[in-house]
Amino acid sequence: MPLAAVNDFVIRFANVNGSGSASANEMFARAIMRMGIPMAPRNVFPSNIQGLPTWFEIRVTEAGHLGARGGTDFMVAMNPQTFNADVISIEPDGYLMYDSTRAIPPGQLRADITVIGIPLTQICNAEYTDPRQRQLFKNIICIGALSALLDMDFAELEKLIGEQYKGKDKLIAPNVHALHLGREYAKANFACPIGLRLKRTDKVGDRILIEGNAAAALGAVYGGATVCAWYPITPSSSLAEGFAKYCGKFRHDPETKQARYAIVQAEDEIASIGMVIGAAWNGARAFTATSGPGISLMQEFLGFAYFAEIPAVVFDVQRAGPSTGMPTRTQQCDLISCAYASHGDTKHVLLLPEDATEAFEFGASSFDYADRLQTPVFVLLDLDIGMNHRLCRPLSWDDSKTYDRGKVLSAEDLDKAKDFGRYMDVDGDGIGYRTYPGTHPTKGTFFTRGTSHDARARYSENGATYVDGMQRLLRKLDTAKGILPKPLRSNADKPTRFGVIYYGSTAPAMSEAAEILAKRGHSLDLMRIRAFPFHQDVASFIADHDFVFVVEQNRDAQLRSLIVNELGIDPVRLVPVLHYDGSSITARFISNTIGDRLDTLKVTPLRKALS
Amino acid sequence: MTYLAKPKFHHPSLPKNEIGFTRRDYEASTSTLCAGCGHDSISASIIEACFELSIEPHRVAKISGIGCSSKTPDYFLGASHGFNSVHGRMPSVLTGANLANRELIYLGVSGDGDSASIGFGQFAHSVRRAVNMTYIVENNGVYGLTKGQFSATADRGSKSKKGALNSDSSIDLVAIALQLGATFVARSFSGDKGQLVPLIKAAIAHKGAAFIDVISPCIAFNNHAGSTKSLDYVREHNEAVNALDIMVGRDPITVNYAPGKVAAVTQHDGSVLNLRKLNDEYDPHDRLAAMNFLQRHAAQGQIVTGLLYVEADADDLHSNLDTVETPLNQLDTAALCPGASALDKINASLR
Ligand SMILES: Cc1ncc(C[n+]2csc(CCOP(=O)(O)OP(=O)(O)O)c2C)c(N)n1
Ligand code: SF4
Repeated sequence: MPLAAVNDFVIRFANVNGSGSASANEMFARAIMRMGIPMAPRNVFPSNIQGLPTWFEIRVTEAGHLGARGGTDFMVAMNPQTFNADVISIEPDGYLMYDSTRAIPPGQLRADITVIGIPLTQICNAEYTDPRQRQLFKNIICIGALSALLDMDFAELEKLIGEQYKGKDKLIAPNVHALHLGREYAKANFACPIGLRLKRTDKVGDRILIEGNAAAALGAVYGGATVCAWYPITPSSSLAEGFAKYCGKFRHDPETKQARYAIVQAEDEIASIGMVIGAAWNGARAFTATSGPGISLMQEFLGFAYFAEIPAVVFDVQRAGPSTGMPTRTQQCDLISCAYASHGDTKHVLLLPEDATEAFEFGASSFDYADRLQTPVFVLLDLDIGMNHRLCRPLSWDDSKTYDRGKVLSAEDLDKAKDFGRYMDVDGDGIGYRTYPGTHPTKGTFFTRGTSHDARARYSENGATYVDGMQRLLRKLDTAKGILPKPLRSNADKPTRFGVIYYGSTAPAMSEAAEILAKRGHSLDLMRIRAFPFHQDVASFIADHDFVFVVEQNRDAQLRSLIVNELGIDPVRLVPVLHYDGSSITARFISNTIGDRLDTLKVTPLRKALS
Repeated sequence: MTYLAKPKFHHPSLPKNEIGFTRRDYEASTSTLCAGCGHDSISASIIEACFELSIEPHRVAKISGIGCSSKTPDYFLGASHGFNSVHGRMPSVLTGANLANRELIYLGVSGDGDSASIGFGQFAHSVRRAVNMTYIVENNGVYGLTKGQFSATADRGSKSKKGALNSDSSIDLVAIALQLGATFVARSFSGDKGQLVPLIKAAIAHKGAAFIDVISPCIAFNNHAGSTKSLDYVREHNEAVNALDIMVGRDPITVNYAPGKVAAVTQHDGSVLNLRKLNDEYDPHDRLAAMNFLQRHAAQGQIVTGLLYVEADADDLHSNLDTVETPLNQLDTAALCPGASALDKINASLR
């Protein structure tokens, strides 16, 4: 029996990079969203530019599960290179659509799947003469055919074409025509619709579809960043490029048209963080966007900024490492290298957004935190958040908000002040007062250095002075715990001895996994960590449970190590659940791993089963 | 000791500049460098130049890397914010600082190890980005602070204090700066205050990337026979193109003689300098000729000093980025935040 499901399946497009499929695929995804059906699109792409395989997957999910599900119910196999593997990857009784202009060699198809051949090349060659048109319209014809097969609201597709080519009106009619060509072919040759169907509903609400890097870039604009220094690296480049785009839109002086921002593509990551530090020292809000290899290069400067107490914002869009690892695959593998970046004793503030909306919110507030705490702040995204469009809460802004520049003394403040010492802990929160260069002719200057210094910023290698300074930096991190986003806890409806800790892009898969596990009879309390240094609630959450699973996307259980290290927890009580093959973590993976562990508890003593 | 501030006693008759400051107002902590280090003479020249230009000291941001040379910002302009960054990375910090506030004067101080080795890339890129700055390299051909290793500006065939022969060819930062498009390029000698002070003044006045390579003998590690950056060697091989009076970096020695003439000046140690005043024929507005001139004299084993190239109406990074006149660090929430209504429109476009 072919698969049958309404608003609950995974469709995957196997394409050749550079074939122009991306915009057609995205239009298809957006049309589903406009039908009120939640869906989660994901790019799966290897590290290459042109000619090699790429996939685009859409999980249609009326229940609103936005994590990756795993498996493919409907494969649109447009890439001959990966055809065989694509066919193998289809779920039992699934569907395959392919370009039937050329016959498939015998013996390459599975008996259980439903095969839908559309002679796309043939239709295109008959209809168009221009080779580029033949290529591009193939993608649109394909979407047209799908609209009939899946029973889509065709008007939504037509409307999207109209929006996409607004201003280039003569492209609208040919595109709509191509949609029709595909739709009519499917209707004439197959029993439409098939078992997998789309049905209009109202489960999307006011949510938006936005890429994480774009949202983070908007966060930097709203957070008041004026200086961006960056060096291209996947998967973070679109963040800096997004910042450039939005600044172009919003940040020009209305009269002179001059820029209220500066963006420099630096010569490398060392220079980019150096520029950020120089700009922030001089009172501008500054950031860089990078990925793991960039973080490695920035180490010395990051330690410097920590010790000299200079605000800096670093967006790290994590990818699979080490080194180049799998540069276009996702992981959460920079947690420790960011938390402790540099030599000597360092500890940095990390913000851990779960999706694009939080990337916007944390992105904007990161500049307040950096200024208030006078220290580098890392916003840790990953490829899964950064380079995918995700359905999420609309972005919002409170117009009454003004930027918190932290403890900065103006010339008037200095005139009134009795005394000034850059690193004096006047308020007992570990944070001194700073001045921007050029503020006052005779007061408030200080020397910034990475060598040890006293409370007045004077060079000193006195041991006690050094220890005082290092202790004050710890006090500052205590202050941080009180102002950073708190962890979010949600309890199971029954009391349970088991908890789960997770963060970032694991969130949607985790909430779905918790539902699956609840159905299997396993109740779990959940805690999503949103910042480092850890809030007190993290320790009490662990104390409330006998065992806590720590779900994360790296090999070495970095979050777990950080918790053990920072909170002094017995490692045996933290059970690692690790996914690190570069694909997005799935609810299937989490629920199977945790479920199997919990099942064994029925026959094995607790400590043994989990340790 | 750097933490020993100099006594703030002002003699009432000390001369004042246009804004009422004395030279003392441009000084800072006492140097911890070796007595006689060329770097201290450069500090003195910076002090003199800023005094003569009547610069408000607090409007200068002095930024350096790591090395003996990079320590010097602690020893001049005590009323300025200073920044000892990390080894070789002064240029990026200065670039960022300049982006944040275009109104201050940016003085970048570096060493030859700092700029020609670990920081060669940052040196090059800050110059090609036309950052409005005065970039001074205090060039002694060695790593002073780490005790005497060769730097990349050490000449091929020169010997280290321990007797090692340098078999690598040297980097000429002036040639590189010219090639990279710096709009103000000069070389001088730390002991030649008469030449160096006007050069620093001109560099500060210049809008755009101004680069000055200052040969600065290291008393401790590079003042021996065999070194090509020793006092004696430079004295003998100095081919100056304009301001020419040379002084050893101790007590200043003043000379007064006619342009175009050669003067023999006896130094504290008894040695005699043959000084040649400004070559009036030299045209510093031709980049290509400057490169040729430099190379021709380098082939003869001579070090050219003076202002080699200047472009009067140069652009800087801010003009290239077309940033607003108001310093970016002074823009407030109202000027920077697009607000809720813009966000609502963005939301609407994403549905
Ligand atoms: C990353 C790094 N590597 C090495 C050093 C050690 N170091 C300190 S100063 C210096 C060389 C300084 O030479 P130069 O710039 O020529 O300055 P000078 O002391 O001769 O004035 C080195 C290698 C360092 N501080 N940081
Ligand atoms: S070691 Fe050389 S460069 Fe360093 S202070 Fe002494 S003389 Fe100057």
